Amino acid sequence: MISGLLQYEFLQNAFLTGMIIGVIAPLLGVFIVVRRLSLIADALSHVTLAGIAASLLLEKKFMIFSGLNPLYMGMAFSVGGSLFIEKLRTVYKHYQELAIPIILSGGIGLGVIFISLADGFNTDLFSYLFGSVSAVSRADLWTILIISILVIALVVLLYKELFLLSFDEEYARATGIAAKTLHFIFIIMVALVIAASMRIVGILLVSSLMTLPVAASIRFAKGFKQTIFFSILFGEVSVLGGLFLSYYLDLAPGGTIVMIAVLILVLAIWLKKRAATRSI
Amino acid sequence: MDTNDYIVQVQDLYYRYDKENVLENINLSIKKGSFLAIVGPNGSGKSTLLKLMLGLIKPQQGLIRLFGQDINKFKEQHKIGFVSQKANSFNTGFPATVFEVVASGLTKKLGLFNFLRKTDHVKIKQAIESVGMGKFLDRNIGELSGGQQQRVFIARALVSEPELLILDEPTVGVDVQNVNSFYGMLETLNKEKGITLLLVTHDIGTISEKVTNVACLNKNMHFHGSAEEFEQLKINDVSEIYGHDVHVLTHDHHHHGGGHLHD
Ligand SMILES: Nc1ncnc2c1ncn2[C@@H]1O[C@H](COP(=O)(O)OP(=O)(O)O)[C@@H](O)[C@H]1O
Ligand SMILES: [Mg+2]
Repeated sequence: MISGLLQYEFLQNAFLTGMIIGVIAPLLGVFIVVRRLSLIADALSHVTLAGIAASLLLEKKFMIFSGLNPLYMGMAFSVGGSLFIEKLRTVYKHYQELAIPIILSGGIGLGVIFISLADGFNTDLFSYLFGSVSAVSRADLWTILIISILVIALVVLLYKELFLLSFDEEYARATGIAAKTLHFIFIIMVALVIAASMRIVGILLVSSLMTLPVAASIRFAKGFKQTIFFSILFGEVSVLGGLFLSYYLDLAPGGTIVMIAVLILVLAIWLKKRAATRSI
Repeated sequence: MDTNDYIVQVQDLYYRYDKENVLENINLSIKKGSFLAIVGPNGSGKSTLLKLMLGLIKPQQGLIRLFGQDINKFKEQHKIGFVSQKANSFNTGFPATVFEVVASGLTKKLGLFNFLRKTDHVKIKQAIESVGMGKFLDRNIGELSGGQQQRVFIARALVSEPELLILDEPTVGVDVQNVNSFYGMLETLNKEKGITLLLVTHDIGTISEKVTNVACLNKNMHFHGSAEEFEQLKINDVSEIYGHDVHVLTHDHHHHGGGHLHD
């Protein structure tokens, strides 16, 4: 594989992209999990699917769209979906979680319509659903790199505000922090990271890359920074391990990555249990 | 009235969430250095009044002045520390250490894009020590008892060196033995550090010796005066003040320990 990495550009693209999303997906995932917004990631990934399908449809029907990278339309839909969720959450003040199934089913519905309008796709829609090692282009890599620099810079610069918003929203507002604006920035970052990660892990499994490493690290980490550290570590191990295995065994990378993340989670739960019983 | 002597002034305040007024014609002033207890039955609007003072909600009618300034223009939120009633119902699985939670009290004071400096680390540790939690710096907040968590939240409120500390029923969830030492700690903050305190409580029996002022709230302000004046009220007057909820409160009064708390 090492020689393959040196030789083939598509492998380089896949691995570099994998390394990047192995950092940013769990990084935002920590905030998503502690704010109990895990399902929003799921809803947005399905909206991203609708965007990708729309882009592929346009590409098929109209010549001028032939060069368009489906990633852009996916991102636009994802960001649009995140704004729509926020709107719905204010409309259904007392049933805020309703926003999620509404957006999720809307996303799938729209995606399926686009796909059927195009009489199914000859293109590798399959690779968007389950991820692919060979599908990542240089252009994808650049887009994803720019997004992750932006996201990491924002998280670092707004770290203490994001922490406070996650831990205690009322207190954040009482101390005069612009909670609404901050949440808005956060949800747009989530939308972008989902669209960026989808190339490798696939739409159906994006949210697990954001949540599983966090679920594992939360079992034993001391404090928030440590939780972030271990989440990123587990995310990296899952992505890189998954890419290696899927390349050698010719498996879908998304599934392999997620299964490694599940394995880490099971291990973390088991080790914690053992440590707890021993200390008694 | 000299505005500078008063940290909080509330004038002719009305508030409603939906149709019915939750607060009516509220007047209240808190003098610098005082220790005010607001008492009243459940649903009497105590937490609502605090939220108004913190600017979390806006009144339909009436004025609020903080440190002599209209609340809508007030920007020095770091002068006010706040421990919410909800502080004891937060997500206990949240992975944050005591240090991190207390550090978050400096968020606004530090300002956007600024990081903690060495001097801030010292301040944070001092605040944690001042509530007797020095040993638990690196513990996750969820691993502590209710009373210890409450102390951490007070440290978070204290770390920005506020002049006014607002506490909403802080002893709910604190075990009986610790309630007294907890109030002792508040007294120290008030007397030695000169922090003005506003405490919402059910615990009027225990607290009346420690506070300087008492306000009795039940939609209207039924009494607002010094602790001595309050002591002189006969039990009949008290029942008038509390209205239908008198049983709950006289019950607490007799037990004196304050362990019996209602939410
Ligand atoms: N967010 C809200 N929306 C609607 N009504 C509320 C809300 N919060 C409190 N109330 C109502 O306002 C009244 C006062 O509540 P609150 O200020 O919490 O009382 P207390 O703190 O004295 O127990 C109660 O009748 C309560 O049901
Ligand atoms: Mg209350």
